Amino acid sequence: MAELAVAVRDPSALPGGDPVLNDMTIQVATVNGSGSQSANTVLLRTIFQMGVPVSGKNLFPSNIAGLPTWYSVRASKDGYLARKKEVDLLVAMNAETAREDVAQVRPGGAVVYDAPLGLAQLRGDLAFYPVPFDKLVGSITGDAKLKKLLRNMAYVGVLARLLELEMAEVERAIHKQFGKKAKALELNLAAAHAGFEGAAALQKRDPYLIRRMDATRGKVIVDGNSAAALGALFAGVTLVTWYPITPSSSLVETLIGYLRKYRIGPDGKATFAVVQAEDELAAIGMVIGAGWAGARAMTATAGPGISLMAEFAGLGYFAEVPAVVFDVQRVGPSTGLPTRTSQGDVLSTAFLSHGDTQHILLFPATVEECFSMAVEAFDLAEGFQTPVFVLSDLDLGMNNWMSDPFSYPEQPIRRGKVLSKEDLDRLGEFARYKDVDGDGVTYRTLPGTDHPAAAYFTRGTGHDEHARYSERAEDWEGNLERLARKMDGARSAVPAPIAAGKGARLGVLAYGTSHHAIVEARDELRRERGIETDYLRVRAFPFAREVHAFFESHERVYVVEQNRDGQLAALLKLDLAPELAARVRSIAHITGLPLDARSVTEELAMMEGR
Amino acid sequence: MASAPPATPRTNRIGLSVLDYRGLKTTLCAGCGHNAISERIVEAMFEMGVRPERVAKFSGIGCSSKSPAYFLSRSHSFNALHGRMPSVATGALLANRTLIGLGVSGDGDTASIGIGQFVHLMRRNLPIIYIIEDNGVYGLTKGQFSATADLGSTLKTGIVNELLPIDTCALAIQLGATFVGRSFSGDKKQLHAMLQAAIAHRGTVMLDIISPCVTFNDHEGSTKSYAYVKEHDEPLQELSFVPSFEDISVEYAPGTTVDVALHDGSRLRLRKLEEGYDPREKVVAVRRLMEAHAQSEVLTGVLYVDTSAESFVDRLHLPDRPLATLPQEAVRPPRAVLDEVMEALR
Repeated sequence: MAELAVAVRDPSALPGGDPVLNDMTIQVATVNGSGSQSANTVLLRTIFQMGVPVSGKNLFPSNIAGLPTWYSVRASKDGYLARKKEVDLLVAMNAETAREDVAQVRPGGAVVYDAPLGLAQLRGDLAFYPVPFDKLVGSITGDAKLKKLLRNMAYVGVLARLLELEMAEVERAIHKQFGKKAKALELNLAAAHAGFEGAAALQKRDPYLIRRMDATRGKVIVDGNSAAALGALFAGVTLVTWYPITPSSSLVETLIGYLRKYRIGPDGKATFAVVQAEDELAAIGMVIGAGWAGARAMTATAGPGISLMAEFAGLGYFAEVPAVVFDVQRVGPSTGLPTRTSQGDVLSTAFLSHGDTQHILLFPATVEECFSMAVEAFDLAEGFQTPVFVLSDLDLGMNNWMSDPFSYPEQPIRRGKVLSKEDLDRLGEFARYKDVDGDGVTYRTLPGTDHPAAAYFTRGTGHDEHARYSERAEDWEGNLERLARKMDGARSAVPAPIAAGKGARLGVLAYGTSHHAIVEARDELRRERGIETDYLRVRAFPFAREVHAFFESHERVYVVEQNRDGQLAALLKLDLAPELAARVRSIAHITGLPLDARSVTEELAMMEGR
Repeated sequence: MASAPPATPRTNRIGLSVLDYRGLKTTLCAGCGHNAISERIVEAMFEMGVRPERVAKFSGIGCSSKSPAYFLSRSHSFNALHGRMPSVATGALLANRTLIGLGVSGDGDTASIGIGQFVHLMRRNLPIIYIIEDNGVYGLTKGQFSATADLGSTLKTGIVNELLPIDTCALAIQLGATFVGRSFSGDKKQLHAMLQAAIAHRGTVMLDIISPCVTFNDHEGSTKSYAYVKEHDEPLQELSFVPSFEDISVEYAPGTTVDVALHDGSRLRLRKLEEGYDPREKVVAVRRLMEAHAQSEVLTGVLYVDTSAESFVDRLHLPDRPLATLPQEAVRPPRAVLDEVMEALR
């Protein structure tokens, strides 16, 4: 964590000041592979169960065991879910990073640390709580390996004491985490209590407290990958292919679990097929083949996989084959930051492949949208007979988010323009690429359709309306124009943007997980700088008409995103009339960490000269 | 032919004539081995009484991959990407397990750019007939060596191939294909029987068919020329195929034939031309292929067959009805399931 804390001196946060209730970021610094994930989930759930809005972010290395990892839990009475730059409370368990970690705590904050690390002398403006974790868990087990794991649950107990978390809720969260594993359950309960008791001797010298609220009733906690998996399950996916890649693997792994549980009949027959492919080329190839043959087919990947899928994406576009691709964006390529979040695939995916290709992109911002857009993606792919990319990201996909429960899809599954044997009997003929309805979307047949006129020959480019081989200029041009018309039609079929605000001069435009920082940054801008903004959250490409209207009604529009070059801003400039394109202002942030409100507030205010 | 009196064309067991199995006029070179293979495919499908609408054709890129346009016009066809036909076929055949998959590839499409997808297709034992129209050169790009070109074979320009060939049959046998054969586009009888057996087999059929390129690789010095293959062809067996729907019994002296019962009840009868060769033995098959290379033989026949292995669709426990056309009730779980999942996430 090379990021510097912003030292905002807040008198209420100093010892002896007023308590700070339900508004803090707790950062746990540990080592990956040490079993801290369970403890962090229990901490998150405890706060959630106490009715306090909470979010958790796992900042982890590309490594299985032994490298530094951080988990931050943000409790926010105001319901802000974005990452917060400032750390209020640190749990320092990793000797390697402890000094750097302590340096980042905001003045007036607190540090719980493993006593042997001896951190208390590092700063004078923090409350230090040394805890002898090894000693605390020593009485629970003699097993060195178990001890290492239990140290983590012990810090949850310590925090429960310091923050006044209700131990009954801690226990409930532990039960939920370990469920039927009796031994693990017993040990972890004991560790949490050991921490709680061990911390009894600590004298509270920080202002942070969690008090029961009623802001999480009926809500669920889930990660975006699981939500997308659920969406695919209810979309009626029938073929899933994948090649393991962080951060998308858990999407498919979770989906496999759900499919096995809910989509195998009493006769033992599966209404789905899952294939772990040899690479992403094969994964998308199978999806294209299956989509062509009529299955609802999908794959999930990340940037490197998207690059490999380029040729097939173009084939899908030109041969007009439905496909759904979940891209859980990360930083790339190769080694470096594969476990860090990004919105860096937007521009390349919009035009993925060679020739004049263009793809439908969906931008979920919440876990709820991971679910609903997964359902919509299949309908759009089959409706427009083209690949659809759902651009999630690591922050959304792999972190736990609080959400309203998902709504069961009310719309029946829409399979698009497919002609059956009976249709062909009635029509007598069929031309695969003939624009019968004038919307650019043509009729198709599926292989196996028992009619002598059903078959057609599928190839990428170079075909006439009857799918016959053609290199004639008129055929080629006509086909390209029809495809453009089809994509233009998609503007009004994709999820519409969501607007907020009351007619301000300035606009903010964002998409995906940047949304959460915008919600908070707009409040900060209003409160701290007196800057009013309207906000448009774009949810798909090609852009809906409302996006153009937003530019028409605002003097300047700040396009906020998590990449270096302002990729969505670039896409907008291509789509907007020149006078509107001139209103684009780009705020592009890429640190590998989820976007925080403070960064947006400061940059926007600076650009506005305020 | 043109002067022959109009007659009712011969029909097969489902009442179709051979014309119902034809494709468009070929655009490949006159004398190209691939055209002969297309003819054999038409005949085999006709003889077997396969409904053309049940067949799905797949190909990659190259001269060979163009050929699905020249047979079975009443079958859907997907001319995919270079070297990527296996994945497209896999997806389509899982989406609809009732299709008869027929993939046509070339030696460049399979053994170079497509080798990754090829080996993984073989190890899954997906029900498909995978044909390599093997001529040792890239035709569409005008005559560069492919990875099946033999050591020492020469191009027209005099360039000598200095690398060992990839034996796609040996690879396929080792990797798990369950019906592996090598034939020659010029051997009408052998290829016809082999294709009929291929249609009857359920699992991955891999046929490497030497198919000379008359334009770029049919000269003196080439080991994939008509003359060379005819001279070096070493058939392992004499094949005869007895379809399930025909009641023919032919007697052979015991010990001289191997009889293979195929999945649809058909029988493949292999009259041994070589003592001791049993195509049900993997190790023997691979060893014999290695020996053939050392002796510059073009070993043809059914090299390996296993009718007991589970196919990919069996292993996935797919229902009889195609996944592609399952109704909403079968693929969208009811509201109660979402409620249950949401409850668990609270």
